[in-house]
Amino acid sequence: MAKVLMKGNEAIAEAAIQAGCKYFFGYPITPQNEIPAYMAKKLPQIGGTFLQAESEVAAINMVYGAAGTGARVMTSSSGPGISLKQEGISYIAGADLPCVIVNIVRSGPGLGGIQPAQSDYFQTVKGGGHGDYYMVVYAPATIQEAVDVTMEAFDVADQYRTPVTILGDGMLGQMMEPVEFKQPKKRTLEEKSWATTGYIGDRPRNIINSLYIVPSMLEDTIRKRFERYEVIKKEETKVEVYNCEDAQIIIAAYGTTSRICRSVIEAAEEIGIKVGLIRPITVWPFPDQAFEEYANKDAVKAFLAVEMSMGQMVEDVRLAVNGRKPVHFTGRTGGMVPTPKEILDKIKIILEEVN
Amino acid sequence: MTEQVIIAGFGGQGIMSIGQMLTYAGMIEDKNVSWLPSYGPEMRGGTANCNVTVSDDMVGSPIVTEASAVLVLNKPSLDKFESFVREKGLLIVNSSLIDKKTTRNDIRTYYIPANEIAAELGNDKIANMVMLGAYIELTKVVAVDSVLEALKKVLGESKAGLIPINRQALERGAACVN
Repeated sequence: MAKVLMKGNEAIAEAAIQAGCKYFFGYPITPQNEIPAYMAKKLPQIGGTFLQAESEVAAINMVYGAAGTGARVMTSSSGPGISLKQEGISYIAGADLPCVIVNIVRSGPGLGGIQPAQSDYFQTVKGGGHGDYYMVVYAPATIQEAVDVTMEAFDVADQYRTPVTILGDGMLGQMMEPVEFKQPKKRTLEEKSWATTGYIGDRPRNIINSLYIVPSMLEDTIRKRFERYEVIKKEETKVEVYNCEDAQIIIAAYGTTSRICRSVIEAAEEIGIKVGLIRPITVWPFPDQAFEEYANKDAVKAFLAVEMSMGQMVEDVRLAVNGRKPVHFTGRTGGMVPTPKEILDKIKIILEEVN
Repeated sequence: MTEQVIIAGFGGQGIMSIGQMLTYAGMIEDKNVSWLPSYGPEMRGGTANCNVTVSDDMVGSPIVTEASAVLVLNKPSLDKFESFVREKGLLIVNSSLIDKKTTRNDIRTYYIPANEIAAELGNDKIANMVMLGAYIELTKVVAVDSVLEALKKVLGESKAGLIPINRQALERGAACVN
């Protein structure tokens, strides 16, 4: 299929439809409104349902219900709306249901602002809802990658019976780039024998539930879920390692921030500083191994996490590097975007310190 | 070749449209492109701007902080974005609406009476295309034919009649800088 020029939000919506998503429940918020708008237009044309709920809380519970029937379902929002959805996300995780959630992050806390940010990392990656759970989180850097991971997200959600989040930001949602829609590598997916599709006596009754009064039973279900998480870590971790051979400084950045960092790498090269980039594509599971590998190299003097926040992913970088090398941080917040110059200046300061 | 452009003016001048047209034309020529709009409450009746990158290489940051070219269609945009032009870069000013001259002498500046030219052509709305024509002539970043091909796709069948006047606008803009 030929490339088309699309807005990030619209491309994510189209990718979901091409991945078989038939149901969308949401509530408006900037900067992700093109997703529900696209779904409202397209889903009725393919026999699906778009519904603008009365609130985010209602929308996520509609997702919970549709997911329980085994349907491919999605919701999208931005920071404040995702906060409202946390209760439902925890229930969905607790009931082992697959669904896809898109967070086109704006700046917070509170109503914050509508410009791009990455300050929802903790909320998304460390479990914004209550209880022992994780979800797979993709952090695409380009619109093409947003399309690819959105299509894959539905398969991953089904395969592991887990909610999956696409973590973007206002920049990714609003910008336009050429994209191509290609189906992901085919996975063997089990039939959804657990789905509540209507009991007519030909199988045991299916019950969607996250309540376990007997502690030992709850512990068992959580342990089983965590065994699946171990498989996810092994099979689904995605990372891009760029220019890291002989690098003195390695930048850790995800999403659109990583693109700004690529521009920094070029500028650094021109003045004789070798900078590499480790870019988590999944931020959960976090690509620990890539960081471990380079933390052990003599050439690497330090790591630098760059984020559009006050420093959230940097904690995961520190855990992975585990004291073997210094881990620095620079970032902007509140909807401000770091410039290549700011990042390069920080790199120069770090190099002065280590030399 | 990497062109990083800021296009700015007020809402309704077709700022976003020419940015998209340039991006689309780049895509048609198989170049790497990105288009990033300003978004937010300031857009309604206020200023609008977009960042466009057209490159032979992968597009890094879609945000343009050191522009190879800046196109300004109203005065507030000149004040805001004049400083974004990199040394030896290009500044194209819509002199129909901006009586001010640039204060910089380390860049190349062109003044285009875009609204007057559009009025002469009989359609006030195509001042933006006059500006785009000047920019393309100066940089050859994409071919005029690619822009027209992009325009055909964006306008669709029903508005295909608008292609000739858009071509004229691009050509008149180009003529201003020759």
